[in-house]
Amino acid sequence: MDSKISIKDLSKSYGDVQALKGINLDIESGELFGLIGPDGAGKTSLFRLLATLLLPDSGSATLCGFDMVKEYKPIRNILGYMPGRFSLYQDLSVLENLNFFATVFDTRIEDNMEMIRDIWLQIEPFKHRLAGKLSGGMKQKLALCCALIHQPKILLLDEPTTGVDVVSRSEFWQMLKSLKAKGVTIIVATPYMDEANLCERVALMQDGEILSLNTPAGIISDFGRDLYAIQGKDIYQLLLDLRTYPHANSVFPFGQSIHYTDKRDAISPSELKDYLISKGQYDIEISKITAGIEDCFMALSQQNKVQA
Amino acid sequence: MLKGHYSFTIILKITMKRFIGFIKKEFYHIFRDKRSMLILFGMPIVQLLLFGFVITNDLKDVKMAVVDHSKDEYTLEIINKITSSGYFKLVENLDGIAQVDEIFRKGETKVVLVFEPDFGKNLVKGSHASVQLLTDASEPNMANMEVNYLQGILQNYNVEINRGKRVPNQIVPQTRMYFNAELESVYMFIPGIMATILMLVSAMMTSISIAREKELGTMEILLVSPLQPWQIILGKVTPYLVLSFINALVIVGMGYFVFGVPVLGSFVLLMAESVLFILLALSLGIFISTVSDSQQVAMMLSMFALMLPTILLSGFIFPLRNMPLPLQILSNIIPPRWFIVIIKNIMLKGTGFEFVWKETLILIGMTAGLIALSVKKFKIRLE
Repeated sequence: MDSKISIKDLSKSYGDVQALKGINLDIESGELFGLIGPDGAGKTSLFRLLATLLLPDSGSATLCGFDMVKEYKPIRNILGYMPGRFSLYQDLSVLENLNFFATVFDTRIEDNMEMIRDIWLQIEPFKHRLAGKLSGGMKQKLALCCALIHQPKILLLDEPTTGVDVVSRSEFWQMLKSLKAKGVTIIVATPYMDEANLCERVALMQDGEILSLNTPAGIISDFGRDLYAIQGKDIYQLLLDLRTYPHANSVFPFGQSIHYTDKRDAISPSELKDYLISKGQYDIEISKITAGIEDCFMALSQQNKVQA
Repeated sequence: MLKGHYSFTIILKITMKRFIGFIKKEFYHIFRDKRSMLILFGMPIVQLLLFGFVITNDLKDVKMAVVDHSKDEYTLEIINKITSSGYFKLVENLDGIAQVDEIFRKGETKVVLVFEPDFGKNLVKGSHASVQLLTDASEPNMANMEVNYLQGILQNYNVEINRGKRVPNQIVPQTRMYFNAELESVYMFIPGIMATILMLVSAMMTSISIAREKELGTMEILLVSPLQPWQIILGKVTPYLVLSFINALVIVGMGYFVFGVPVLGSFVLLMAESVLFILLALSLGIFISTVSDSQQVAMMLSMFALMLPTILLSGFIFPLRNMPLPLQILSNIIPPRWFIVIIKNIMLKGTGFEFVWKETLILIGMTAGLIALSVKKFKIRLE
């Protein structure tokens, strides 16, 4: 069955705050799609609209061909939704939670084993533990399991890996990959830029707008400039010095180094190094690197702000 | 036609399965939450015992002192009559009236009986003798009651010694206390407690439990599921209907076996009216939950909107006819006011449905109105 999502001019405001500003987006059947953006970008609002929990101010969207507003009932049957906050019953055990959601969707755990086996095998040892006593990663796996119990065609995951340790995060993404192989259309929201590379296509969102929509590789190749990582002894002073450099285009701290782009097309690193040494910096290392999604996001959001 | 019928039974089966699953989940919540359990089962019993044993208006062993200036057979007999009634207990014989002030200040003794000198002589010769009753009126209601009881005993004695004599033109009132011959205050409290507990358990607990789903975000998931709003509401409400009904049984049972409060009317009618009142309280709880987003708000609303009026304005503790008119009018919209009338009628007066149908109709009307309002206000979305 065709489980496309198409969103047209979707807008939503809460009082004076415009959470979504005319979003247009088409997501293909069976795609693993990422919504990347910081808190407040509008990801959760978009999810709640698609999950038929909110009504749009204007615009429309269809899921599997059903209209989000008028045909919300059939949508609720084919949709798996995992809210950003852990929303299962903490005073019920793993098994009780799963059984409850199975009954709600008129199904049984056994009938859906094929769908949830990979995840179930990981949480089964804790099946009699109360959900509230699980670790963060386990909670998210259980929530995913509950969202999958009725074999949804479309899966909406709002920041499923926030607050989850690195190992569990990569396990979680493995699960999404295998779900995608089963033909489920998946939209994942995440504030982690590194997770973008795991999606087929991503939309970079900020302030209720989509800044860029492409494959992760496409977004990176759109990054037009040469990117340099600069390291030094005093990162903070280095940052200030770089920002006062007349040719500087963008300067962002990035872990233990600073990512730098220049306004000129061709630059000589030695010239930059000389400038920094004249500013009193020492032990300077400058190396050319390929941009990551986060660099693209920073560049795009800066452009966006300049335009606005 | 046949196919349509078939799918209808399937739908019914699915609906039942979902319903049972939901109720099971709801009972897990209740039985695993100590606070809920305490409110549900601890509170009714504690309240009942408190009101029944501690907060009693009945006279029992009131400490009494006597200043007897006469000390003859008549005063002795009167004192005997008073102490053997069980209401009063003689603790001290005082020498003179001067000690009364001091003894009241100590606070233990509440009543002092003062006989005039030559009490007996006066009674026989002059057919007129005086006895003075002094009470500690820092508790005015109790003081009043003590005086009334004492006067009653003296009156009886008066009648007794005048037996066989012709006393011209005397009116002797014969009183009888209907429906509560012993003037037991527990008779009054059982209906009141029943109304309070059912209101609290049904309305507060449901509103809190629905608000909890909203607060913890699980309502979001329930809404996104194929469950209909009425299925969610029914699933949330049914366990409390069952538990409240058990509470009603416990209260009536304890009233009967522990405090001897009778059920003169039909037990079935009493329970049917209780179920009606529970339904009313449940729909009130649902309504409260539709206007509150957190457990805290739901609890505060239930407390202020339900508990206080139930206790103060329902006629449970303070008689309605003594209230200022605006409050009397206000009491008409307070459901327990009508419920208390109904159960008092059934339990204490033994009347049938023909005497409580008006109140019943009012409760049914209120229930229907609240359910309609709640269904209208219950959201199928988040806003």
